Formats: sequence, C-alpha cells, structure tokens
Amino acid sequence: MHLTLEFGGGLELLCESVKIHNVNVDLPKGADKLSMRDLLAWVRTNLIKERPEMFMKGESVRPGVLVLVNDCDWELSGQLDTTLEEKDLVVFISTLHGG
Amino acid sequence: MDEIVKMIGLKNNCTFCGVFRRQALDRGAALLKVDKVATGHNADDIAETVLLNILRGDIARLSRCTSIITGEDGPIPRCKPFKYTYEKEIVMYAYFKKLDYFSTECIYSPNAYRGFAREFIKDLERIRPRAILDIIKSGEDFRISTTTKMPEQGTCERCGYISSQKWCKACVLLEGLNRGLPKLGIGRTQGLNSDGKKDRKRDSRTPSIESKQCGSLEF
Repeated sequence: MHLTLEFGGGLELLCESVKIHNVNVDLPKGADKLSMRDLLAWVRTNLIKERPEMFMKGESVRPGVLVLVNDCDWELSGQLDTTLEEKDLVVFISTLHGG
Repeated sequence: MDEIVKMIGLKNNCTFCGVFRRQALDRGAALLKVDKVATGHNADDIAETVLLNILRGDIARLSRCTSIITGEDGPIPRCKPFKYTYEKEIVMYAYFKKLDYFSTECIYSPNAYRGFAREFIKDLERIRPRAILDIIKSGEDFRISTTTKMPEQGTCERCGYISSQKWCKACVLLEGLNRGLPKLGIGRTQGLNSDGKKDRKRDSRTPSIESKQCGSLEF
C-alpha cells in the first residue's frame, strides 16, 4: 500500500532529517486491511534510525506525539484501530519542545 | 549556557538558565520601555509547573504560578495569554496555518526534573484530556494556610532587582559562578528560627563559606 508519511516538530531527526517519506507498506500476513497499529510497527522497524523511545511507547506513539491521518486527528478515527487506504497521508508531529 | 554547564555539571541547569533568562527579558523590556511582557506559556506548561511545585513543596511559587498576570505591582507586568490553550491545539494550528516555528528541544532538558512532570501529564492527557485544565483549576483554587511562613518581597541589595532574599537569585548564582562555587544558590535554606538567628541548613554538597563572612549573605 502506497502511503505518504510526514514527520514534524523535531521527529524528523529520528529519520535522518527526512521530513517526507513516500513508502510502500505490505499488509501483514492474513490481513486484508492495514491498521495504524501495523503501520507504527512498520515505521519503527524501517524508518526510525535512532532513539525509538522518542517516537513510540509500547504499542502506540509516545504521549505528546500528534498523529493526523489525512489531516484529521487519529483520535477521531479510532487511534490504533484506524484503517488506512491507498495514498493516505499520515503526519506525526511532536508537541514536545522547549525546556 | 554551555559554559555554565561546564562549571556546574548536568544538574540544576534550569535554575541558572531560567533565572538569567527571566532577568534578561525584564531588563530588555525595561530598556525598550514597554508596558507589558506577554509570554507564550501554554496550558501544558502551567499544569507542569503546578505539579512541579507540589512535588518540590515550593509553596511560594505554587501560590503565584497560576496567575495569568504577574508582577502587577512592579514596573512591567507579565501575562500569559495562552494559559488555557493546550500545546496540542497550538501545534495543530501552526501545522494547518503552515507557520514556521522552532521545535528544537533544549539539549539539557532530558536531565531536568520538569521532564518527569511532563511525562506524567502527557500520560494523563492520553487517558483524560481534561486533566490538564483541571490541574490548572486546582492550582488556581489553592489557598495557603495562614500559619505558613511566606517570603516577603523586597529588592536585591546588589542590583536592585525584585527579590525575596537579601540578594536576588541571579546575583547569588553569578557570585557562585565567578567564585568557582557552582553550588551557591542551589539547595534548600531555612528561614529565621525562633531566636532570630539566621539558620542555614547544609547538606554535604553545599560548600561552607562561614569563614568568609560577607555581611548577611543568604544562600
């Protein structure tokens, strides 16, 4: 499945300073839909090159990281259970900055 | 700041940076002859501060930290217009309006105590987002017992800045840095005890400078 992923608010530093990634994610075995849960695991393995604890905590994103799916807060679409479709745009923005 | 950290180590960095930056802001504002200074503190910041002050038993700050306007009796009042705005809302607004902003985190912040309060608040926000506003409301409604001793506000003997001690914190810290005493101004002090003598609570880290009497320096 082709998706566009964006990292902002400092998170891009975890992916070698690349803000926009056009990726092709395979559906997990036996599944007919790709959920955010699956995508997060994929991102952690394939895109996060350092300090994964800054991006994820357990199964979900670290508290303080905003997730937008097609410009809509993922809390409105079911968070980890949100299903993704071809050409979706997923944005991860860290809200943690300053001192 | 890097030079200061070389001298003092990786602890208590926020004390130095915060104190010096606040004063720099105030002095700059005075030079520009402004009426008010507005800072960008958001709801998350205020909630973190309330928790931090509770965790550290800082009653004086606890009573002041939720005021939306501070220093009204001073030369330049300060206000926090975003006091009730969640950091998340601000970030989303900036994203949709495509606003350019600095998102770099202070390199010394991982060692800061505030980080623990922040982590806790973020976890709370995930479970019950209203918690942030509710913490602020609790902070606003705190009433300090009348028997608690509160520091009185005066002015610094050295530089004239507002201070609750003989010397303002910035002067104390600066003195420590200049004299190679990085712990000066860090650590707890006792107030006056019942017979009026100034009592200094000392732990093994704070250097003793009794041999160098310099008036009534409080630290």
